[in-house]
Amino acid sequence: MTLTLDRLSRRFTNFAALDDVSLEMAPGEFLALLGPSGSGKTTLLRILAGLDYPDRGSVTQAGRDFLAASARERNVGLVFQHYALFRHLTVRENVAFGLRVRPRRRRPARAQIREQVERLLKRVQLEELGDRYPSQLSGGQRQRVALARALAVEPELLLLDEPFGALDAQVRVTLRRWLRELHEELQLTTVFVTHDQEEALELADRIAVMNRGRIEQVGTPQAIYQDPATPFVCEFIGRTNRIPLTRHAQAWRAGAWSLTEDPWNGRHREAVAYVRPEHLALSVPDGEPAWEARVRHVYLAGSVAHLDLYVAGIDLALEADVASEDLGRLGLHAGAALRAAPARLVAFPCDDGDGSRPVIDERCSWASPIRR
Amino acid sequence: MSGGSARGGSTGRWLGHVAIIAFASLFLIVFLLLPLASVFAEAFRQGMQAYLASLQQPEALSAIRLTLLVAAIAVPLNLVFGVAAAWAMTRFEFRGKAALGALIDLPFSVSPVISGLVYVLLFGAQGWFGPWLDAHGVRIIFAVPGLVLATVFITLPFVARELIPLMQAQGSEEEEAARVLGANAWQMFFRVTLPNIRWALLYGVLLCNARAMGEFGAVSVVSGHIRGLTTTMPLEVEMRYNEYDYVGAFAIASLLALLALLTLAVKTFLEWRYGDEIAAHAPGGH
Amino acid sequence: MRRRVLPGFGISLGYTLAYLGLIVLLPLVALAWKATGIGFHGLLQLLASPRTLAALRLSFGGALLAALLNVFLGLLVAWTLVRYRFPGRRLFDALIDLPFALPTAVAGIALTAIYAPNGWLGRWLVPMGIQVAYAPPGVLLAMVFVGFPFVVRTLQPVLQSLARDVEEAAESLGATRAQTFFRVILPVLVPTLLTGFALALARAVGEYGSVIFIAGNIPMRSEIAPLLIVQKLEEFDYAGAAALGVVMLAFSFVLLVLIALLQHWSGRWAERGA
Repeated sequence: MTLTLDRLSRRFTNFAALDDVSLEMAPGEFLALLGPSGSGKTTLLRILAGLDYPDRGSVTQAGRDFLAASARERNVGLVFQHYALFRHLTVRENVAFGLRVRPRRRRPARAQIREQVERLLKRVQLEELGDRYPSQLSGGQRQRVALARALAVEPELLLLDEPFGALDAQVRVTLRRWLRELHEELQLTTVFVTHDQEEALELADRIAVMNRGRIEQVGTPQAIYQDPATPFVCEFIGRTNRIPLTRHAQAWRAGAWSLTEDPWNGRHREAVAYVRPEHLALSVPDGEPAWEARVRHVYLAGSVAHLDLYVAGIDLALEADVASEDLGRLGLHAGAALRAAPARLVAFPCDDGDGSRPVIDERCSWASPIRR
Repeated sequence: MSGGSARGGSTGRWLGHVAIIAFASLFLIVFLLLPLASVFAEAFRQGMQAYLASLQQPEALSAIRLTLLVAAIAVPLNLVFGVAAAWAMTRFEFRGKAALGALIDLPFSVSPVISGLVYVLLFGAQGWFGPWLDAHGVRIIFAVPGLVLATVFITLPFVARELIPLMQAQGSEEEEAARVLGANAWQMFFRVTLPNIRWALLYGVLLCNARAMGEFGAVSVVSGHIRGLTTTMPLEVEMRYNEYDYVGAFAIASLLALLALLTLAVKTFLEWRYGDEIAAHAPGGH
Repeated sequence: MRRRVLPGFGISLGYTLAYLGLIVLLPLVALAWKATGIGFHGLLQLLASPRTLAALRLSFGGALLAALLNVFLGLLVAWTLVRYRFPGRRLFDALIDLPFALPTAVAGIALTAIYAPNGWLGRWLVPMGIQVAYAPPGVLLAMVFVGFPFVVRTLQPVLQSLARDVEEAAESLGATRAQTFFRVILPVLVPTLLTGFALALARAVGEYGSVIFIAGNIPMRSEIAPLLIVQKLEEFDYAGAAALGVVMLAFSFVLLVLIALLQHWSGRWAERGA
């Protein structure tokens, strides 16, 4: 279903959980709400489920007021973070609940309910455990029961609140793949809340990054990672190096490195640049501007090596990633000296009037013509 | 004998443990078991025949009937109240919640005599509504309605106090899940809420009932002690005792003591079997 | 207005308020209103009466002493039940609630039967010069009896959850058993002991059924305040009864507030710790 969220705001006593949030959802889309705790993502999900209401703003579904319907009329499937399984009902009874509580004229016959429950249990691979109680299941099994229970009512919209938050790492990865396959099979509009970027990047068609009640950026995982729109997204997604820049005449400089073009035509004096660790060039020829850096540590993490660099001239610590097999070729070891410079970066000018607040609207991205 | 903290080696420490256990046991035997035993000993002092005869007197039977009647009205009233109060207190945010909680607890710290007195002041001959009630031929004080009211006051907190901490701890997610799955209010309550609180509810009802059947002070003030009409079992105990009918008094008392033992047995069973589903174990739900 | 997600807010809160209003608030207002009937002068006269004073002193003094005794006895019993395994422990544990489950009138006549001069214990105690029944010690005994479960039941879960490693840490730092108990365990228990004290006190102050049988009810000596209220009622002195009732309630209220303050102060570490 197509949902349009328009300028939603929700205040709790002492903070704004949602602050002017607008978002479009396409049918069959798998959307992730990603953000740190307290960013408002769960509030947004609860509003979609009908468990909370915004102070201002609207949600429309094909021109219809979505918020006018109560939770029980919305036909959404919701998987709670801690599953909220009915502890006194068996797995089978939990899954059947949504069908059994329907008004008589819409309620399927007993045999039909039984059949549908069995089908769902099979789909979530729990057909053997139908007579168990929630307390007798593992975390991953409970999660799948909660999903089957939500799917039983044949929702038009599936909402998942931190679906993998309470699981250990290994189960998490398996379930993630499984959920993605399930989504491809059902083509059900799905929104899930997570604080785990890896999860969002791997699963979602689109990600809405949230911070302090606002949506910072909406886009495909690739766009979010490659082309972060705000300083928050730069810092929250992946790892990054934050480098302050100052303007000297026409050039932007940070120590020995400089950028000779000025994208802001002299309007700003200070800026901040974000450079991903894999976008640092580490053997810049002598003629080019670069930092004289020293390798402090090499952390070998399988196929990738993380380098901890230090630029003494401007007291700047940098992180850089290289393929492990390149370590020897480049002569990288603790104590080694090298010449480093950004190959790609995203920069924001800082508002002169108001200290160092970055101006998001004047974001600029730059890529060096030199390949490392 | 002593477990956990006893470590090998120190005989002195071991003796200390034994002394503590022995002292505590002796105290509990003299302080708790002896009075219980004395009830039955006194009741059977003149043999089985006298015991049974005193229980078959009409006043005894009517006292038993009245006690059951009062409890049968007061306990369901406080059951419904307890569920409603716990629902409001644990599922919604509103101003004055703490004050409401304190008000629910209030009857616990009011003397039973005062609990009876307040109804005399409301409905008695000189009370606020006394003259009006009199004119319409309604009797509350020195009649069954007064007994019920006083009992309701005394036992009001039991069910609510049992449910509030439990429902607070359980949270409202399961009920929210039921709503999202399409359950209406009754379906949500009977299929999700009630099954989750059933043992705590039973526990609260048990305590409420024990107190309702055994209440003396409050009931005594509003009863008027009319034999066969307004004397509950505890009041019949008092009247017989004051008439020096000790066997008769202890015979009724023995029934009440049996009720207490039954209550303790069920209570212990519930705590043992369903401890996780009952929030608090203290008397009165504290 | 914000829509509520779960149903039944209006009906459950409305019913709760109406019920409490009718059963608890309205009668208490009637009590306060009736009490004003004796006027300020009447109140002074009531409070100046030696018999009233003696009864109030016995009710409150006795209840305070009983609650204090219960703190010691309750701590001992709760400690024993939580820390040691011995034959009969489960039975004793179940019996702790007996004073709560046993109707007060039954407790009253049972205690009297035991401590009366011809009773099981009375026949030994009285010749030794210890009179319990029909004297102030009897009042105290009944008050300890009814308050006892409150202290034990409040303490038990706290003792159970008391981390053993803290005691072991104290011992490894060289503390003796006594030092460990008084410096490490007891301070943590103080707020709980105060809760138990307050509950036992509230119960004992107003206690009627178990006390009147054993007290003997001798004016100025073993007559409790609730009994005085009953007597005023029987003399149709409604205003006097109401006034005495209000005085008792006000007094208990002040005591409970003081205990709550003390508790707040003694538990100040908990707020920071948690």
